[in-house]
Amino acid sequence: MAKFEQGLYYSESHEYVRVEGNIGIIGISDYAQHALGNVVYVDMPEEDDEVTAGEEFGAVESVKAASDLIAPVSGTVIEVNEALEDQPELINQDAFGAGWIIKVELSDEAELDALMDAAAYEEHCNNEH
Amino acid sequence: MEEKKTCLYDKHVALGALMSPFGGFIMPIQYSSIIDEHNAVRQHCGVFDVSHMGEVRVTGPDAERYVNHIFTNDITDAPQYKIYYGMMCYPDGGTVDDLLVYKMGENDFFIVINAANIDKDVAWMLQNADGLDVKIDHQSDYYGQLAVQGPEAESVVEEVLGLECSELVFYTVKVAHPQPLPNGGEDTSIIISRTGYTGEDGFEIYGSHDYIRAAWDKLIASGKCKPCGLGCRDTLRFEVGLPLYGDELSAEITPIMAGLGIFVKLDKPEFIGRDALAKQKAEGAPKKLVGIELKDKAIPRHGYAVLADGQPIGEVTTGYHCLSVDKSVCMALIDAQYAKLGTEVEVQIRKKTFPGIVVKKKFYEKHHKK
Repeated sequence: MAKFEQGLYYSESHEYVRVEGNIGIIGISDYAQHALGNVVYVDMPEEDDEVTAGEEFGAVESVKAASDLIAPVSGTVIEVNEALEDQPELINQDAFGAGWIIKVELSDEAELDALMDAAAYEEHCNNEH
Repeated sequence: MEEKKTCLYDKHVALGALMSPFGGFIMPIQYSSIIDEHNAVRQHCGVFDVSHMGEVRVTGPDAERYVNHIFTNDITDAPQYKIYYGMMCYPDGGTVDDLLVYKMGENDFFIVINAANIDKDVAWMLQNADGLDVKIDHQSDYYGQLAVQGPEAESVVEEVLGLECSELVFYTVKVAHPQPLPNGGEDTSIIISRTGYTGEDGFEIYGSHDYIRAAWDKLIASGKCKPCGLGCRDTLRFEVGLPLYGDELSAEITPIMAGLGIFVKLDKPEFIGRDALAKQKAEGAPKKLVGIELKDKAIPRHGYAVLADGQPIGEVTTGYHCLSVDKSVCMALIDAQYAKLGTEVEVQIRKKTFPGIVVKKKFYEKHHKK
């Protein structure tokens, strides 16, 4: 069963944001990695790239298909998870931990208000079936 | 459109398979993971529900003449129980479907067609039988089909299903009469062939829904055979360069373009599409199907553009991060002038282009039993 970690912010397109100060750590949810199956490649932006809430910033590729990554918040990329280059399966193993994708410096913390908490997101996933 | 269910649908759901529409059916894509299932077939044994495939039996005094008329391969005086791969083509050489023709007896052929093309194929077969004394019997609703594939397939089929098959050589078939079923189902004959779509040794078994359900249960219960979905069926066939209709073959893609000329017997006096295919072979096809290996790990997918010197020269037909050799590779249909092995091309993947090189469209060696 998919995990829904408390304390994170979730988007309808299944990305999460973990907020630490003015930094947002972005990845895809455990529910999303289950639905995708084996992740074999992650297309990530570079440091200093700007990402914009609601816009594509990369892709997660399962064996079968590519799924766009949609930025849940806007900001400047300060770090990308380089471990995913050789171990994309970290997303399957630990989506909320070692499988994080990018860290951004948040440009507008008010954007978080548009995202869901764990309970609302779980409800959203249940309604997708 | 409401998707059809195969006779094993309930069993897939009970196993927790991810189900998805394919070729007009709701089919299992994966049970555990595509990678685990792929490796099971390469290393041990896997079983696939391929009951979505279509079956047509052609009999009658003109059956051989008729099959030769609609089929690119040559079945003239074929030995009994031999199987032929080939295509049905339109008069312009475009492909109606790719298919297997099983010679079951004198003027008696069992033909296996792709699920997505069943209605189109049967209509095509009927409309091209004018003036010939043949019976074209569409039997897709009767037959279920299992594919048991992998290096251990022979022992699994013999031990678990009790079907002797060691004497079958690649691309031959036999008819078997299994013991009455435990559930009291009707004991009818089944068809078993040494064929498959994975590049491994293996068998395809056609029988009544009752037989196929009972055989599936035995295979799964044995623990010697992993249930495998269409996800890994596609990665397995792709790696060994086998075409999928809709990707590498279509009404626009002739067998000559797809590099399948050895299955087009132009020395046959007549078959539908012969003149166009002979002309294309003589003049050279405008586009050719090639393999492309990327230097990067980004994955080329169906429909992505292939470029040379910044100009589009074709499209990816199927692409994966190849599981057996750990490289990003694809098949692509490109302008023939760029099809030479070693040619440098680029593939557009989302916003970037990635350099690649034209290679043979077989990324992994087949392991068939001869």
